[in-house]
Amino acid sequence: MGGLFLYLTKRIIVQLTGAQALIKSLEMEGVEVIFGLPGGAILPVYDPLIDSSVRHVLVRHEQGAGHMAEGYALATGRPGVAMVTSGPGATNIVTPIGNAHMDSTPLVVITGQVSSAAIGTDAFQECDITGITMGITKHNFLVKSAHEIPRAVAAAFHIATTGRPGPVLVDVPKDIAQSMMEWWYPASIEELDLPGYHPVVDLDADRVAQAIELIRVAERPVLYVGGGTLKSHASAQLLAFAERTGMPVVTTLMARGAFPDSHAQHLGMPGMHGMYAAVTAIQKCDLLISLGARFDDRVTGKIPAFAPHAKVIHVDIDKAEFNKVRRADVAIRSNVAAVLEAWDANQASPQNLEVWWKEINAWRETYPLVYDEPAVEGLLRPQHVIESIAKAAAPGTIVTSGVGQHQMWASQFWKFEEPGTWINSGGAGTMGFGVPAAIGAKAGRPDRVVWCIDGDGCFQMTAQELVTARSEGIPIKVAILNNAYLGMVRQWQEMFYDERYSEVYLSPDLPDYVKWAESMGCVGLRATNIEEMHAAIATANTINDVPVVIDFRTDSSEKVFPMVAAGASNDDIMVHPLQREQS
Amino acid sequence: MNTPEPFLGATSHTPVRHHILSVLVENKAGVLARVAGLFARRGFNIYSLAVAPAETKARFSRITIVVDAESAPLEQIVEQLDKLVNVVAISDIAPKDALERELLLATIKTDVDNRTSLLDVVGNYGAAIVDVDAGSVTLMLAGTPAACDELERELESYTTLELHRTGRVALPRLGKAAVAADPD
Repeated sequence: MGGLFLYLTKRIIVQLTGAQALIKSLEMEGVEVIFGLPGGAILPVYDPLIDSSVRHVLVRHEQGAGHMAEGYALATGRPGVAMVTSGPGATNIVTPIGNAHMDSTPLVVITGQVSSAAIGTDAFQECDITGITMGITKHNFLVKSAHEIPRAVAAAFHIATTGRPGPVLVDVPKDIAQSMMEWWYPASIEELDLPGYHPVVDLDADRVAQAIELIRVAERPVLYVGGGTLKSHASAQLLAFAERTGMPVVTTLMARGAFPDSHAQHLGMPGMHGMYAAVTAIQKCDLLISLGARFDDRVTGKIPAFAPHAKVIHVDIDKAEFNKVRRADVAIRSNVAAVLEAWDANQASPQNLEVWWKEINAWRETYPLVYDEPAVEGLLRPQHVIESIAKAAAPGTIVTSGVGQHQMWASQFWKFEEPGTWINSGGAGTMGFGVPAAIGAKAGRPDRVVWCIDGDGCFQMTAQELVTARSEGIPIKVAILNNAYLGMVRQWQEMFYDERYSEVYLSPDLPDYVKWAESMGCVGLRATNIEEMHAAIATANTINDVPVVIDFRTDSSEKVFPMVAAGASNDDIMVHPLQREQS
Repeated sequence: MNTPEPFLGATSHTPVRHHILSVLVENKAGVLARVAGLFARRGFNIYSLAVAPAETKARFSRITIVVDAESAPLEQIVEQLDKLVNVVAISDIAPKDALERELLLATIKTDVDNRTSLLDVVGNYGAAIVDVDAGSVTLMLAGTPAACDELERELESYTTLELHRTGRVALPRLGKAAVAADPD
């Protein structure tokens, strides 16, 4: 008996280097791809990577690794993983970390660090990356021993993916990666040793009931759907709840795709460049039901004038969002799906929304999304380009974008029907996000067509990652809406700075985007008129082995409408000039 | 049970809308920076801050922060603090329910004329002389923040060479449990 007992409890002791333990920990977490670039301090970790099943995508700039990991995460719903070296490698990935923090995207970023003994000596390629990223990570770790690596990695994934998701950074000194440890892996959340982290709580039944009462008496409710709805995979519950109650739905920039654009109850995007009916419905509503949204200034406009008659039900997994911008009448800390299920179980519903819909439909009919007639001669209308790509795209196509006019037009004119098909930089507004995010999305969803709708300014910031895309066999499609300007800045200068165009002109021909694409191993196409536009889109859709870049020459005078000026009330929404004589 | 307090001075200099947050944190490198950094980047004002190992010495430390609730709603301060992974528990001690203490050390220039009166001040405030040399004395007061304020004002008529205060620590009065500020 004693011998048998000993046999059963005998542990198999496996000695690993910290580096091997790190890679093995990533395997334990089910990581399928790492986006990264090696360097001195992370060298030990790149050695065991050769023997690992985990795919590594070698980027050309660490910022690309971070945005690829974000694109991967947003397309798949799984955490994105990036790995870079110390010093400049680490600082180059700060922007994506900040971006992921603003948009609550689950990321695990591994950074090399100089050896423990050298920390604090201003050693070569040393920087205090845990200090730098303290305010833009959900949490970060500086690993102090090889034994701690499995716990740090497991905790990083746990923190990144639970509660309100976000980026977590693990900084690994070179000597720790080289030293030996006895392999182990945390078997439970308790072993992660996180006494201050409690991401999930029970649903507060009283508050659910209070919300149901507000819903029952509402005459003009709006479902204000934010990114948290996508993060909690609540699209099915949202559809069921919306259809049962008949309430109008708006989806924020971070929630596009959470509710089908083709649905009759969908009013579109609210906010600064939102649809007239979506913006106005919020202004006139008597009950605003926020589902994983955070009352961002791009949605609210002037805060005291935002939805002035509304009672607010605020559903969020992060209780720090409650009463931060707008006082909630009922705040429910939960993931969105659980609340919608609870409301459905209780048959929560307003009585009659006929009058409300009559008003909303009048706004929709009076102020639909419009743009000037496509010009037969001359430069392309950017909105027409996006509509034409969308029309020719396979169902389920994933769209990424940079930041600016093209991003707003993509959000407005592409019709999103399912979660994970719209990937952009919302809170941070990071130019250059589109191309690497598209590569990450395609790496995670190789079955899907991935289009990056980009601007010429954004494209120039991260275009070198198309070399990565070509060499790694990740065939994305990039549409550059080339208006030769930093378009959104130009729009503001035209409208608010007396047409004084300060430092916004980029030139349509420098660089030559076709040659540049070709030099990166991609197919480069150019479209200067409508005929060429359709031809280029058709050609791009036939190419599935290498990345394609199309240089669409667009009209720089086009502006994004509707628009609420920064700091103005949403009541003062500016519609498209074509619609102004009506108002 | 309540022992009489040594001195209850006039109104303290602390902002009117101050709150005392007693924050239990993991005793790990960088935790103080995380807390201080959060206050800095969110524009919350710290009036005073004291940190030391808590009763379970190895694992946790306690940070006593006097916050200015004028700078931001207390709820936001607490909820943002609670999001820090290393923050384990936060209790909000209302000023009226708080036993607050602070330590003051001051080195005062002395001569034959003022030595006696300074000794009277020390006696009146329940302070103590902790160091003496030919031309100066260093005195110490452990007392309420208000008492420290009062003594500081009293010392204005002397030449103060150096004066240090620790910032306050606080516990709830017996029978007045601190309110968990971050109920989950």
